[in-house]
Amino acid sequence: MIELTLFWTFFKIGLFTFGGGYAMLPLIQSEVAAHGWMRGAELVNFVAVSESTPGPFAVNISTYIGTRLAGIPGALCATFGVVLPSFLIILLVAKGFERFRSSRVVSGCMSGLTPGVVGLIGAALVSVGQTVFFPDGMRAGVLAGLPFWISLAIFAGMAVLSFKKVHPILIICISAALGLIAGYTLSLPV
Amino acid sequence: MDNILTLELIYVKASAMLMEEHKTEREAAAMSRETLTKMRQVFFTFLKIGAFTFGGGYAMIPLIQRETVERHGWISDGDILEIVAIAESTPGPIAINAATFVGYRVCGFWGALAATFGVVLPSFVVITAISYALEAFESLRAVKYAFYGVRAGVLALILRALWSMYRQCPKKAVSLAIMAAAFVLVAVVKVNVLWVIVGCAAVGLTASLLGSGREKN
Repeated sequence: MIELTLFWTFFKIGLFTFGGGYAMLPLIQSEVAAHGWMRGAELVNFVAVSESTPGPFAVNISTYIGTRLAGIPGALCATFGVVLPSFLIILLVAKGFERFRSSRVVSGCMSGLTPGVVGLIGAALVSVGQTVFFPDGMRAGVLAGLPFWISLAIFAGMAVLSFKKVHPILIICISAALGLIAGYTLSLPV
Repeated sequence: MDNILTLELIYVKASAMLMEEHKTEREAAAMSRETLTKMRQVFFTFLKIGAFTFGGGYAMIPLIQRETVERHGWISDGDILEIVAIAESTPGPIAINAATFVGYRVCGFWGALAATFGVVLPSFVVITAISYALEAFESLRAVKYAFYGVRAGVLALILRALWSMYRQCPKKAVSLAIMAAAFVLVAVVKVNVLWVIVGCAAVGLTASLLGSGREKN
């Protein structure tokens, strides 16, 4: 039965995601949280894994969650689900694309979806930020702890690098190295 | 009225296409061998594209262009622009949209199937292997420290993506209002993301129809 849930959930994700890359993150985040499939931190970890392996994020995350929950059959169902909506819609649209693109309904919807996705990614940024800086929730003393300040320092450094157009894979490698160095030298709690 | 005309046009065109497909059915047997060859080529081309694009999305477009336009001549440079436009206005990952579209152009439904299967296969195999490896190693202290650092790095990557998407977005009052509303509804009010997406599309559609109605008057 979990296979069917996986298929249906990722079908919805495939059907309602517009734009590439991180545009998919907010929807995946909310579906994963709603089903209790994964901790927030694990999902953020996987964003990094997906950036450093080939293939689109949507396919990578659906394969990963599918495998984790129900092995290879689960991965097949989740991936099939996420791919199917695009596949069918492109087949429908491929013949009459000009009419589709010049349709006022389509361009009207897109004029709402484009800024909407920016707002959604903003929301994803906030929730990933909570996972990074306050993994155990907001409580007294968090701001006095070393893990908080080191995360903040790594984030600030990586933000500068990424705005200087350093490649994402390099940023992931550098931040992993910084995490290892800080973790072992200060023997941070894990 | 407009809508009925459009529907009628779609119907007429669809029935014409069906007739044409009927006619070609007899030639199908002779063509099947050629189709198989093309399917194989499309499959391996998109297998390569899937295996060598990191990060997915738009990063894929240059490689698709090189392989399908320059190398095989299946589609033209104009088609590449069309693919980007399609990928932007239809749901789903860009890689899947592009693979399905090119495959369809080369040899119809079966081409679309071969291309999509090809582009997905490398991710599928690599990630299945990685998820078993992660399961085995995730409790190691070193792996935990590395991911602790990586999570802060990912936050920076998302910030960068947010900034570049914000810059590309039109800054009209309606757009900014939709942007702010989507953010607040999901981050603060915790409304289901699906409903917010549907709502954004509905507001955008209403605003643009009202806007063009006013222009006419």
